[in-house]
Amino acid sequence: MTELFIRLMRKPQGFVGLVLLALIAAACLFGPALAPYAPEKIDFLGRFRAPGWQNWLGADQFGRDILSRLMVGARSTVPLAFIATFVGSAAGAIIGVGSAYLGGRTDEAIMRTIDAVMAIPGLLMALLLVSTLGNGAGNAVIAIAVAFAPGMARVTRSAALNIRNQDYVKAAIARGEAAPWIIFREMLPNVMAPIVIESTIRVSFAVMLFATLSFLGVGAQPPASEWGLMVADARQYMHQAPWGLIAPSAAIALTAIAFNLVGDGLRDALNPKDER
Amino acid sequence: MTLAWFARRLMLMIYTVIVVSMLVFAITQILPADAAQSLLGENATPEMLAALRAKLGLGDPAWQQYVRWARHVFTGDFGISMRTSLPVGPEMLAALSRSLLLAVSAILVTLAIAVPLGVVAALRQGRLTDTGVSLIAYLGVSLPEFVTATLLALLLADTWHWLPATGYVSPLEDFGGGIRHLVLPVLTVSMILVAHVMRMMRSETLDVLKSDYIRAARLKGLPERTVLFRHALRNALLPVVTIIALDVGYLLGGIIVIEEIFAIPGIGRALMVAITTRDLPSIQAGALIMAATYAVTNTLADMAYAFLDPRIRYD
Repeated sequence: MTELFIRLMRKPQGFVGLVLLALIAAACLFGPALAPYAPEKIDFLGRFRAPGWQNWLGADQFGRDILSRLMVGARSTVPLAFIATFVGSAAGAIIGVGSAYLGGRTDEAIMRTIDAVMAIPGLLMALLLVSTLGNGAGNAVIAIAVAFAPGMARVTRSAALNIRNQDYVKAAIARGEAAPWIIFREMLPNVMAPIVIESTIRVSFAVMLFATLSFLGVGAQPPASEWGLMVADARQYMHQAPWGLIAPSAAIALTAIAFNLVGDGLRDALNPKDER
Repeated sequence: MTLAWFARRLMLMIYTVIVVSMLVFAITQILPADAAQSLLGENATPEMLAALRAKLGLGDPAWQQYVRWARHVFTGDFGISMRTSLPVGPEMLAALSRSLLLAVSAILVTLAIAVPLGVVAALRQGRLTDTGVSLIAYLGVSLPEFVTATLLALLLADTWHWLPATGYVSPLEDFGGGIRHLVLPVLTVSMILVAHVMRMMRSETLDVLKSDYIRAARLKGLPERTVLFRHALRNALLPVVTIIALDVGYLLGGIIVIEEIFAIPGIGRALMVAITTRDLPSIQAGALIMAATYAVTNTLADMAYAFLDPRIRYD
């Protein structure tokens, strides 16, 4: 674990990614404590105040401090994207390993069905689910998790197919172990690397998808300072206060970049042979 | 390319459309405890609820509801919109045609930008140009469409007044105006696609340049330009067909957001309107048409790929 960490830190992308992640984690943990103002504090004299010493990143249409809103908003954006990815990845991984374990026609049928489900674009799937379950951050998390599961199943299954033919799996089958034991104790631990890499990169999609749902008005609801919602709010006032648009956009992009970088860094660190 | 392979690929496409139709129907009509209630909202009178339940046949078992709906859809009848009281099918297909114009232009723009950039990055591997191209690719995949769209609109339409910010003009009626209205949405969609295709093109070119036949072509004394264009590019371009086809899925999702932002009356916007007004037949039709478009595109791409590269057989 420490060795992996060191190898990750040695690559420039891994290093930059980890530093960004640490910043984001700090904002999630201590954001409300560190924020210079309360996120809902309205200041009518400071409406659309440009970035400066009073409001480092400027103020929005109610004179609320944008930096403070971003720092507090990190909590209602990043952890939720993380949970959605985790749940979706776990479900997908179990389906994928299970399908590889069953093999043959069953595997074929499961994978063709997964391919079919993936014909529904992720955002469309999430929108359909949220429209049925009802708007809100919690339902958006469920929708993203469901939208992610098929893709993860496909990635895991292709990794698990190789494991399926390893001697230790054959031995476990010959010993007469139960299917859940083989799937969870013999196969799953050995496909963790590709799962971890793929889900790290997917957190960045989840952040973007979650922000998109909020932007479209079906995810987090006002007055939450969720980043996608902040962009949606600021769009009306982009003539007067472009900073209200740029700051949350940059926060979303940086978070997505951080998870992308760490995911790519992990891929390099876990497969030292692959030079690309 | 055998007939059996074709037949199998077509069967898979049909299977995909059937699975998708079941899923769409299940999520929109079966999953809600009472679809009528969620359609009409909390202020509905019991009589209204009862009338709608009877109209949708919500009292019947789920599979009967599905079969009835699927039979109508099969004959092209997607039902009547609850919002406009017009048939849903023709409206959605007209919207789809406007979306396809956007999608096809985006793919063309993507190819024109991404292929040269990817090749250049591969040729200058590890140098400054390569790093620059990789950075752009990172930025491309890390910005959600609504952010790219808003920032581009802020810059090109709002600050510099080069382009109209929103709206749609049919290029058949006013070609210049139509194109001007398309530029911003097409640029936005292309951003992420460029990143994908560029990465793919770079790694494929690197692989091909290391291959034996390229070394043979060089040893034969062919000029570098011939090696690159006649031998390397032809082979490196093949997988791009697949990645473009897979990206059509992303493209269709992205179109929902982009049409909403730029006020383009395409299928994405129609779907968004249907979702916010809870217009059930329109939601079902829109989602099904979108997913079917993806399934058809992918099948065509697979066939094109098999046609271009006779070594490939998916089995």
